[in-house]
Amino acid sequence: MDMEASKKKLGLKERYNHLTRGLGWETTYQPMEKVFPYTRYEGIKIHDWDKWEDPFRLTMDAYWKYQGEKEKKLYAIIDAFAQNNGHLGVSDARYINTLKLFIQGVSPLEYMAHRGFAHVGRQFDGVSARIACQMQSVDELRHAQTQMHTVSNYNKYYNGMHSWRHWHDRVWYLSVPKSFFDDAMSAGPFEFVVAISFAFEYVLTNLLFVPFMSGAAYNGDMATVTFGFSAQSDESRHMTLGLEIIKFILEQDPGNVPIVQRWLDKWFWRGYKVLTLVSMMMDYMLPKKVMSWKEAWEIYGEQNGGALFNDLARYGIRKPKGWEQASIEKDHLSHQAWSTFYNYGAAALFHTWTPTDGEKDWLSAKYPDTFDKLYRPRFEHWEQQAKEGKRFYNGTLPMLCTTCQIPMFFTEPTDPTKICYRESDYKGDKYHFCSDHCKDIFDYEPEKYVQSWLPVHQIYQGNCFNPGVDPTVPGFDPLRAVLDYYHTNFGRDNFDFEGSEDQKNFARWHGDDAGGA
Amino acid sequence: MSKVFIAFQANEDSRPVIEAILEDNPDAVSTTSPAMVKIDCKDRLVIRRESIESRIGRSFDLQEIQLNLITLTGHLDEDDDQLTLSWKR
Amino acid sequence: MHIDLKTVKIDPLRQTFANVADRIGSDKPASRYQEATLGLQPDANFHYRPTWDPAHELFDPARTAIGMKDWYAFKDPRQFYYANWTMTRARQQDAMESNFDFVESRGLAASLPEDLKSTALHLLLPLRHVAWGANMNNFSICAYGYGTAITAPSSFHAMDQLGIAQYLTRLGLLLAGPESLDIAKQAWLKLPEWQGLRSYIEDSFVLKDWFMLFTVQNFVLDGLLYPLVYDRIVDDHLAMRNGSAVAMLTAFMTEWYEETAKWVDAQIKTAAAESTANRDLLSEWTRTWRERAVSSLVPVVTGALGEQAQVASDEVLGQFNSRAAKLGLSV
Ligand SMILES: [Fe+2]
Ligand SMILES: [Fe+2]
Repeated sequence: MDMEASKKKLGLKERYNHLTRGLGWETTYQPMEKVFPYTRYEGIKIHDWDKWEDPFRLTMDAYWKYQGEKEKKLYAIIDAFAQNNGHLGVSDARYINTLKLFIQGVSPLEYMAHRGFAHVGRQFDGVSARIACQMQSVDELRHAQTQMHTVSNYNKYYNGMHSWRHWHDRVWYLSVPKSFFDDAMSAGPFEFVVAISFAFEYVLTNLLFVPFMSGAAYNGDMATVTFGFSAQSDESRHMTLGLEIIKFILEQDPGNVPIVQRWLDKWFWRGYKVLTLVSMMMDYMLPKKVMSWKEAWEIYGEQNGGALFNDLARYGIRKPKGWEQASIEKDHLSHQAWSTFYNYGAAALFHTWTPTDGEKDWLSAKYPDTFDKLYRPRFEHWEQQAKEGKRFYNGTLPMLCTTCQIPMFFTEPTDPTKICYRESDYKGDKYHFCSDHCKDIFDYEPEKYVQSWLPVHQIYQGNCFNPGVDPTVPGFDPLRAVLDYYHTNFGRDNFDFEGSEDQKNFARWHGDDAGGA
Repeated sequence: MSKVFIAFQANEDSRPVIEAILEDNPDAVSTTSPAMVKIDCKDRLVIRRESIESRIGRSFDLQEIQLNLITLTGHLDEDDDQLTLSWKR
Repeated sequence: MHIDLKTVKIDPLRQTFANVADRIGSDKPASRYQEATLGLQPDANFHYRPTWDPAHELFDPARTAIGMKDWYAFKDPRQFYYANWTMTRARQQDAMESNFDFVESRGLAASLPEDLKSTALHLLLPLRHVAWGANMNNFSICAYGYGTAITAPSSFHAMDQLGIAQYLTRLGLLLAGPESLDIAKQAWLKLPEWQGLRSYIEDSFVLKDWFMLFTVQNFVLDGLLYPLVYDRIVDDHLAMRNGSAVAMLTAFMTEWYEETAKWVDAQIKTAAAESTANRDLLSEWTRTWRERAVSSLVPVVTGALGEQAQVASDEVLGQFNSRAAKLGLSV
């Protein structure tokens, strides 16, 4: 071993190989199938794990250096935000409701991603694939924790955030994101990585973290935009990993192609359904708007996703089955979703409201084909009712789709005035779905989806009351009992924004005792 | 035709990187939104280390772009001298 | 927007999130460590059984024989969450970078006595595989463990072990070039002196009980290996023979072991204090795997220490036993 060898500077690629791939070995005291027991049962065939490459070629020295710098910048902003009561600088207290949905619905998924990538970061047979997944695992923990630290300051002053953990595991609309991630994590490692790295990170997180976060900046929330963009810079590494993983699986064996196609069909739809919540955050919940859901979907869904699927065509991969339907629905999604939450505003743990006149005009301009015709009259009607002191609250419980767990409010792709219902029979029971694609997902794996913990079913079965509550006493109020079981601060976490404690405090802290937004 | 894109946080550190990209990729178009600059380019976009170094007067490691990167799309290929995003491989 | 805050008093409505307040009380603000850790993991209403382990829920306390009333009784004395972990490591990495630069720019590698260099390479380079094994095991603990209080630091610990494997790799590249890594891997796979250690690690890969794995890897194996290799051999034996350049390149490991042993101790101590059943299990695991670890390590360090190997191992073992006893184990 001469000194020349060490003096010659190794290139990034060569150095990376020594620092990663070189670490692994074929075990002999225990068979490889026992050391990596989970990578064979899904039917995916991998012939050569060394063909997998991390395009960023990150090693721990660089990882610590750059991530450490990112954290230093981020926490400087979080600290300054807390010290200067930055929460009072947001455009309007309605904005804060997006953060409630964020910590209730999104941050817990970051945590799940952490644990899920720890699992595949242990289980994949290939060394570089494992390392990339491991880095993603700790990145995702970073996202969960930085979100806690950012939202912590808001939680001190506003309602709807204090019991996010308890809520995420119980509340009706939060079973949408929860079941999404539980679905991915309970699948095999290859399906998990296709679902999360690819369908979720590559195709969908841009929609959440790019236009929405730009919206947070526009609404004066520098702490959130900073964690959002800082997280997304990790996500761009994860997206690149997602693309690499998919190419790798497809190139390893032609038999993998149909399996992956089925996963893409499924996970595109699963992810898209979760984005229903994001669509209404963008169109209805950001007081100052950057871009409509429809525009965001066109840029990040249709154009960017389209480019990707054009590229994958060479492997025999086509666009996911639900692609066209998502395009049709872009004119409807946010309006139908927000209407539903407005309806169930007594049972939602953030505030709801009807859009202001200016906002209605913005929506008309952004949705010329649908808003005035289908949705404006609805909001105007509710607005009128509220003015008369009869703010509409739907006191019943919605039927949920067994797959995506969203209330059945989506309309037929061909008729926006008709609710879409689909059903399947399985072992003598009937199961209901919001769409053909959710039904397909169930029909392929009914034994999985019959396990779903459907919040409304659970309520009707009496599983969502506090111990000792007796539903048979006269005057029993089931909604109130469920909200107690949710640990809701009744009257503070729920109901309309108008008249809420958040609204009053925000105004008072601004020295505006008259109240009003 | 497919577009690739890359977006950076709108701040002082990103400025030379964005300038370098716009100069090295004549087809690139940048759009500014609150707190963010997004650069789109058809099919392919290159970030060259030397172009950035000539603007900042010090050596630059391409991995540094991660500090202000928000998102990107396309296949990524990185070596010591340049980072390429493309749809054609 | 201009806000005149002087005239208005802004009182917080609450101090922290309920999942944190449940554990620290609701009357005081929580630390960053607490908000990043306490109750972060979901623990109810999982929708589907994992297809890869249908006997358990996604997160399930029954994946270990250790029992705890509250899984958040585990505390990290360093109070690590991602930000302070990664910033601490970034600082250490800075120092390591200077060490590597120093050794390289002063030609210290070339001036190392040849026999000493060869001793160092033979001992240290196969250990990159050992660190890689520790990385895998700590990701198992993170993935299948219960409660963020112990799973999150396990993921940091796993990444640290990858960092160690990479520092050892860089040491090989700097002192002897890429072929030295191939030679070390062959030694790891074929040479008899390494086979005890390799079988220990491969057997640990298939353990299903994650707390047993924690004990076997982080407490027993690393608790014997680090003092023996980095204290006794690198910082002591080699440094005394003009080999301090090697110690500079492994400075991270020495510092890291000192720091992380405190975390490992706190976990073992907390679990042992919980119940007699826990203490008996931990003691039994420790006794069983300790014997294997020592007999695997003696041949590995014989190359460096010669006939001193057994004596040094016995001393390290003695220290380990008193450490275990202090944590409440009967060994
Ligand atoms: Fe994330
Ligand atoms: Fe559905």
